[in-house]
Amino acid sequence: MAVETLLPSASPVRFVAEDGTRADRHGGYAEPTETRLKETYRLMVLGRRFDVQATALTKQGRLAVYPSSAGQEACQVAAALALQDNDWLFPTYRDSVALVARGLKPGEVLTLLRGDAHCGYNPTETRVAPQCTPLATQTLHAAGLAHAMQRRGEDAVALALIGDGATSEGDFHEALNFAAVFKAPVVFFVQNNRYAISVPFEKQSAAPALAYKGIGYGMRSEQVDGNDAVAVLAVLDDAVKHAREGKGPVLVEAHTYRIDAHTNADDATRYRDADEVAKWREADPVKRLETYLKDRNSLSEHEIELCHAEAEEFAQSVRDTLNAESELDPMSLFDHVYAEPTRQLQRQRAMVAAELEV
Amino acid sequence: MTTTMAQALNAALRDALKDDDRVLVFGEDVGALGGVFRVTDGITADFGEDRCFDTPLAESGIVGFAVGMAMGGFRPVVEMQFDAFAYPAFEQITSHVAKLRNRTRGALSLPMVIRIPYAGGIGGVEHHCDSSEVYYTHTPGLRVVTPGTAQDAYDLLRDAIDSPDPVVFLEPKARYWSGEEVGFTRSGPAMDKAVVRKTGKDVTLIAYGPMVATAMETAEAAKDEGWDVEVVDLRSLSPFDDETVTASVRRTGRAVVVHEAAGFGGYGAEVVARVTEQCFHQLHAPVLRVTGLDIPYPAPKLERHTLPDVDRILDTIARLQWADTPVVAGA
Repeated sequence: MAVETLLPSASPVRFVAEDGTRADRHGGYAEPTETRLKETYRLMVLGRRFDVQATALTKQGRLAVYPSSAGQEACQVAAALALQDNDWLFPTYRDSVALVARGLKPGEVLTLLRGDAHCGYNPTETRVAPQCTPLATQTLHAAGLAHAMQRRGEDAVALALIGDGATSEGDFHEALNFAAVFKAPVVFFVQNNRYAISVPFEKQSAAPALAYKGIGYGMRSEQVDGNDAVAVLAVLDDAVKHAREGKGPVLVEAHTYRIDAHTNADDATRYRDADEVAKWREADPVKRLETYLKDRNSLSEHEIELCHAEAEEFAQSVRDTLNAESELDPMSLFDHVYAEPTRQLQRQRAMVAAELEV
Repeated sequence: MTTTMAQALNAALRDALKDDDRVLVFGEDVGALGGVFRVTDGITADFGEDRCFDTPLAESGIVGFAVGMAMGGFRPVVEMQFDAFAYPAFEQITSHVAKLRNRTRGALSLPMVIRIPYAGGIGGVEHHCDSSEVYYTHTPGLRVVTPGTAQDAYDLLRDAIDSPDPVVFLEPKARYWSGEEVGFTRSGPAMDKAVVRKTGKDVTLIAYGPMVATAMETAEAAKDEGWDVEVVDLRSLSPFDDETVTASVRRTGRAVVVHEAAGFGGYGAEVVARVTEQCFHQLHAPVLRVTGLDIPYPAPKLERHTLPDVDRILDTIARLQWADTPVVAGA
């Protein structure tokens, strides 16, 4: 395989400049249809509002923790929209907005972060794996599941979301290698948001771009402006198509930025200055797509208002869901540890039941 | 005709592959080579590369890939080649294999088997002789089994592959080449159940995996001391079969737990605690342990000093206060 066919574009693929005007670094990628771009915009507005609401709920103690993905909406929404219903998404703890875009309900998405259960939805029904907290471990699951689907003749693809820090983990490299060797239909989508908690990208990797990491594994790779929703969707559409056609896995790196801190427990002012954050706020993906679509007369003020109204309504539903006290059954602690509870678990179950006098 | 444990495992894999299309065997060197211990000998040739295949050399990769394959409806049986080589896969095993059923509240399960050749006694160099059972038994969600005989190797592996739960299958390397008569029809469910390997009335030796044979030799040698030794082979380390073990100890009134792994914080401590809690009034003496030394597994020329042997076990049996408390048969 010629290295040239694996190489990413020399600079990140971009359809839309920071000021919303048309850019021309899009190589051979096809621009998504206006309908899809408008849907992308709608979900980005919804996702941004969800993110703000979830962050607020953390401060009110309704969520144990919430890792914001503000500023990464282009990546979050495009990851969901690039997939069909029978494809699998493998998200991490930071990818709640991608789950919202995939159509999951707020209560399902936030179950993990609320502290009610480790996963709030049925993965087989939603085709969304549990949000993964250990770094990069889910990339192997995505590769394995993609291989399984291919063997079964299923016309389905797996997409694994990864942060920049996770690309330093061994499992990331093992997953790329396994996927490439087995030609598994999987897309590894790295959201390089510049910081692994407090460690900047420069201390994470000496690679000119994380996209280059695919080449060593014999994998087609690409880099994209992660704040340009048109570009991210175009590149992911193409990557998913490539995988679906049996041409092997793809690594995509999106260059983006985490506007907020890692979580509410993090103090981002300790490791990055305000100027840097301000600069990236200017690169806001939601505003950029809005300007682009408006300038092309694809999006009216009225439609924008409708999107924001829908987002407000959605935020209300998030509040309603989270403000309702959840009822948790302590006896469920003993469920689903094994297919059938062991004698040891039965005894412990009886002990807790006696304590609770149930 | 005698069959070795390695051959019995090979037969179990073949029968499982025959019976269930979802079963797949993979790992490093399991294909053309047939595994470094030849447990998968000839399987790729007979079943094709689709069913038994080599992977890149990466243990976390093998287990993590198997997680995805199991999510996708297959029943992977993966090989870790050697005990200490499985440590890179530890995160996958403990964070994902053990927990996926619980995390998804039963929506997803991982019926998979992780085969790990373990323990010493084969003159292997470092990192080839660890007894790593406690790392796995301490993890809820995993089943951990280890055969002590060739027949059990066959039965347990068939059961493990059929199990709806993930199973860490520990194969005692030192017993791979031991032969016995094996009937390749399943002799009944072996999972979850300890078995009384030999009956006796004076003391119960509790052993598993590579130490079952040593315990049996000890029982034979103990006759010269006038002790009638019962041997319990645990087979299933998690879950633990309290019933079989406590019934035996209540009959004999004395017990010694034997394993190769280091004693401190070891599996024997769990067994002693359980036996003491449940058999206190029937015990004539404290329950003792004979274990490996609390040292990194030693170099081959010194391993005989850490491995429990017949003499060390007999010495321990001798400490069970025989003089103070005469043994009453059947007490």
